[in-house]
Amino acid sequence: MSLHVYVPGDMNSVALGADEVAGTLAIEAAKRSMTIEIVRNGSRGLFSIEPLVEIETANGRIGYGPVFPEDVKALVAAGLFDGAPHALCVGKPEELPFFKSQTRLTFARNGITDPQSFDDYVAHGGMKGLARALELGPKAIVEEVFQSGLRGRGGAGFPTGIKWKTVAETTGPTKYIVCNADEGDSGTFADRMVMEGDPFQLIEGMAIAGIAVGATFGYVYIRSEYPFAVAAMRDAIVTARKRGLLGKGVGGSAYDFDMDVRVGAGAYVCGEETSLLESLEGKRGLVRAKPPLPAHKGLFGKPTVINNVLSLAAVPYILAEGFDAYRDYGMGRSRGTMPIQLAGNIKNGGLYETPFGVTLGEIVNVIGGGTDSGRPVRAVQVGGPLGAYFPPALFDTPFDYEAFAAKDGLIGHAGVTVFDDTADMLKQARFAMEFCAVESCGKCTPCRIGSTRGVEVLDKIAAGEDREDNLVLIEDLCNTMKFGSLCALGGFTPYPVMSALTHFPEDFGRPKARLEAAE
Amino acid sequence: MSDYSAWSPEKAVEVIAAHADKEGALMPILHALVETFGWVPDEAVPLIAGILNLSRADVHGVLTFYHDFRRHPAPRHVVKLCQAEACQSRGSRALTEHAEQRLGMKIDAHGHGRGEVSLEPIYCLGLCASGPNALIDGRPHARLTPARFDALMAETVR
Repeated sequence: MSLHVYVPGDMNSVALGADEVAGTLAIEAAKRSMTIEIVRNGSRGLFSIEPLVEIETANGRIGYGPVFPEDVKALVAAGLFDGAPHALCVGKPEELPFFKSQTRLTFARNGITDPQSFDDYVAHGGMKGLARALELGPKAIVEEVFQSGLRGRGGAGFPTGIKWKTVAETTGPTKYIVCNADEGDSGTFADRMVMEGDPFQLIEGMAIAGIAVGATFGYVYIRSEYPFAVAAMRDAIVTARKRGLLGKGVGGSAYDFDMDVRVGAGAYVCGEETSLLESLEGKRGLVRAKPPLPAHKGLFGKPTVINNVLSLAAVPYILAEGFDAYRDYGMGRSRGTMPIQLAGNIKNGGLYETPFGVTLGEIVNVIGGGTDSGRPVRAVQVGGPLGAYFPPALFDTPFDYEAFAAKDGLIGHAGVTVFDDTADMLKQARFAMEFCAVESCGKCTPCRIGSTRGVEVLDKIAAGEDREDNLVLIEDLCNTMKFGSLCALGGFTPYPVMSALTHFPEDFGRPKARLEAAE
Repeated sequence: MSDYSAWSPEKAVEVIAAHADKEGALMPILHALVETFGWVPDEAVPLIAGILNLSRADVHGVLTFYHDFRRHPAPRHVVKLCQAEACQSRGSRALTEHAEQRLGMKIDAHGHGRGEVSLEPIYCLGLCASGPNALIDGRPHARLTPARFDALMAETVR
């Protein structure tokens, strides 16, 4: 039997040199006349140790990381293939505190299996959700998802079960399942990791959705900035058809479901669901007014379930283990787990799946280990470019949709981007407006014009021009954008701007905020 | 660098026809044209419009809405530097200034035409814990420093 060596093939590990590492490992093994089988698994999700090379031993998998291409020769000479001790050895990866303290439901297989091996998928619990879904039948599937408390993981937090029920109750022969994989928020990468590291799970989730609501076709709309995810999903769909997860008679049942990949083209606004549907139809990504809801008139005017990758990827677990297994995690109205993405200037950056309720401070300081630069944390942006900047004074805020809303913020897609004390919050506020101006679809005035005016006003504030008047003006402008924009792009851009101004007034030429610690 | 075919209307019609039967075919068609030729010349607009039975204005509107559809011949090498927040927090602003100096051009969403290299912004590659990140001729690179950037440029532009 040949030795199994795992070298992640996900985009992040490859960006850190994993392809060269795998290549050198193969050469070094050949020099020693050893037969090794290099498995390109997904990343387990701790990027400070990627590329993480794992060796299968009688004692389980032993990890070494980060292993850069120039380390490989010496590492092999030191007995890598025997799992020998070395300065880069991290032991069993699953024993690391970062992984051990997680509750991995959606990411249970990520980093462990070969993402393109259907047999691996089944051996690690895949297809169980579909099997139970087929026993339950459409109505009971929808009920199960509703009872689980699953809420839309794209950011809006709308109950997934209600969305499905609405589509299920529509009549008509053509309905669609659309997976929103336009993960454009900076600081988020969970969708990418699902698609690259466990693509069959998403396919299974979409197939279950199709059976539940009576749709026979689905699209996964992936942003073009994710070429690895596009390739992984395309390959997995081909395999899924061969193995009966897609096509006629899904899983040996009477239900048909098939799907296709569509690729975005660099427009951030297409992450907004109605803009995404326009784009799928081959149009400019202009936001639609709601109503009608996509559930009634979605893709090509047909009833459409449009869900985020993480929502659909959570479905197989919910069906396999029962709604209560999922619902019993979490707090308040935020049920289940959230794959939190630790990003930016953070020591232990990566994917941390945990039940709702963990505080922002625990996430940043305990699990994340503080900044990567070693300097004090100044601000944390939660929820991507449209999310608020939180100061350390608000670190007691628990990860919960309602708790974040109460602090004038949002969880969004659960990206947490850390900035150290060198961050200039006026610059960050300006960037939020600038980004909105670049990415606005142009349909509504508050977003299209407001964002450009916002950049100008912030530039005046930076230059010290009529500072107080302009600060009043920017607050007024933010209000107009918040309440007058058609979608979240214009409507939420005020979050980073206003939070920067509220929590870091000194960067805008106002006196430093006093209280805060009491909150 | 990529090997693109020289623009030819005959070949374009083939590419367009190969995707014309898809639902919402315009996006896949524009992607396929960029993959084949590296860009979508204005000349392609009436060809697409004719085959899909759309107005030229419809096609032009879509072509110009999306950042990815290059309307000028592709440069030999494309360097896309992430400009989004997670990379900002890890020093992408300083790296961008360095890259602009090194390449002697400003970072520009519209690219730099037919030249040797084009320095363009990209908003997030989803490698957010190990920035600053770049996509150089389609290959991802993480944890870039000015020195690493120079080394990659020396390998890329010979």
